[in-house]
Amino acid sequence: MSREILPEIVPEKPLLAIFHRISKDFKKNWFVYLMVLPVVTYYLIFYYVPMYGIQIGFKDFNIAKGYSGSPWVGLKYFKMFFDSFYLWRVLRNTVLINLYELIFSFPAPILFALLLNEVKNRRFKKYVQTISYLPHFISTVVICGIITNFCVSDGLINDIISLLGGERNSLLQNVKYFRTIFIASGIWQGLGFSSIIYFAAISAVDQELYQSAIIDGASRFRQVWHITLPSIKPTIIILLILNIGGFLNVGFQKIILLYNPATYEVADVISSHVYTYGLQKLNWSYGAAVGLFNSVANLILLIAANRVSKKVSEISLW
Amino acid sequence: MIMKKSIQEIIFDLSNHLILLFWAIITIYPLLYVLFSSVSDAGRLMSHRGLLLYPLGIKFEAYKRVFENPMILRGYMNTFIVVFGGTALNLMMTCLAAYFLSRKNVLWKNTVMVMIVITMYFGGGLIPSYLVVTGLGMRNSLLALIIPGAVSAYNIIVMRTSFQTIPASLEESAFLDGASDFSILFRIILPLSKSMLAVVALWYAVDHWNAWFSAAIYLTKRELYPIQLILREILIQNADSQEIYKMTIGAGEQDEAQVAETIKYAMIIIATVPILCAYPYLQKYFVKGVMIGSLKG
Repeated sequence: MSREILPEIVPEKPLLAIFHRISKDFKKNWFVYLMVLPVVTYYLIFYYVPMYGIQIGFKDFNIAKGYSGSPWVGLKYFKMFFDSFYLWRVLRNTVLINLYELIFSFPAPILFALLLNEVKNRRFKKYVQTISYLPHFISTVVICGIITNFCVSDGLINDIISLLGGERNSLLQNVKYFRTIFIASGIWQGLGFSSIIYFAAISAVDQELYQSAIIDGASRFRQVWHITLPSIKPTIIILLILNIGGFLNVGFQKIILLYNPATYEVADVISSHVYTYGLQKLNWSYGAAVGLFNSVANLILLIAANRVSKKVSEISLW
Repeated sequence: MIMKKSIQEIIFDLSNHLILLFWAIITIYPLLYVLFSSVSDAGRLMSHRGLLLYPLGIKFEAYKRVFENPMILRGYMNTFIVVFGGTALNLMMTCLAAYFLSRKNVLWKNTVMVMIVITMYFGGGLIPSYLVVTGLGMRNSLLALIIPGAVSAYNIIVMRTSFQTIPASLEESAFLDGASDFSILFRIILPLSKSMLAVVALWYAVDHWNAWFSAAIYLTKRELYPIQLILREILIQNADSQEIYKMTIGAGEQDEAQVAETIKYAMIIIATVPILCAYPYLQKYFVKGVMIGSLKG
């Protein structure tokens, strides 16, 4: 659109040409810019000002003195975190919880989608699907309320345990069970809804492939293995990359609802550590420093996962 | 061609159905248990052990007590304000951003797009964001639950994808008739994107309904608490929190603990029912939304 004006100005005064282009565009599109102004302002204030605010991780931040008035202290708070007794604890818990999620929670919806896809009875399929999506819509607070209620020593789960001849105990107070409860309830809540995306991928598979496989005498299992699974591989890989990119982010809202002093040892993760030290104990700079460490590590993981995937499978996020 | 099912196939089908049936039961049973308990007789529930297959009596005392608590009604009011106000703002912002990003021949479009997408992968983190929100004076204001989450990058992209499917010729002819961008958005594009609009509105509304964390960090005045925060107090923080204690007054001393138990179940049901009632009608929209979102990859 601006091509016709470029040749006459560009050779001598490129700056002027750019300026000309900008003002011409603005004259034409000023109204759409006006429309997007609230959105851009919002992003600047609520996303880019906080990015500017990351500097407090390198400062002794004091609210009264503000961002610019607080003195620089370099890596003091990063060192504090790396030297602290919490480093090992929160890193270990973060990595372990994510690893368990990767092993158990990630494949579960894929398996569910594959199994449900094999069901020929439409009604049964629809009922199971509808029920399985349901817990997704229940709030974290209510889910954690139900978990708390079921896990107390005279709660439902203990009733079942004692019926089976086991010993009653307060499950959420026990370091042995916290992660299991966290992961299992996550699967319970998320499995159905996460499987939707795989259903979408499966429904796009060319039906003729199955027809020819049947003629070749392939069993149902072999059809799943050789046709369905390879067809949804791109979806699986994209979700895997995103999953790894969020590797150091645990659903910490659920953690801070469920943990208690008895289970801090196995439940405290990086983000809950930021919350307790930054917001509850008001160590702003320390919280910001640990938060920054977390975001940077995540970004590196995401980029790395994406690069590996690009090399191995030619599938990439960008 | 007539196909005979082999024995292997029959076993496969049978066990597949059983596994899925088992999963469906596991998924629905905890919710049924809560529902049965909430209407059960408090004393009988207390002495009951193990699974509940039906309610132990039908009593609505717990519900009555919950609704008599002014704090709970207040919480509902606050939640409704946030859900309606928040979703309205969300939709407006999402449509404006998506409209801008679906234009052709706009110089700064990619810059704005990059600016939005970056926030999906990197952010300032909890503390700096908290300082911005409180710095704007939103502590102890319901605005803190609405404005900081005014729009989501993911939904903008989903919406933009939907806007882009509308034939450009429609807009061009409107332009020639002298229509402004504003009327193109509201008279042409939005009426054609109704189902997408519904999906995105539902996503936002459910998020607002379920949100509790920002309320927990920005609000200290109890009269501003949304329902989820009151639920957290009653269900998780402590059985002897003052709200539940107030609700059991008059139950007689030995019965207080029993009534408190049914009140908890009733609260769970009350907080979940609005969404679960709407759920069967909304389900197809949610599913559709996920599908559209997945296309963009």
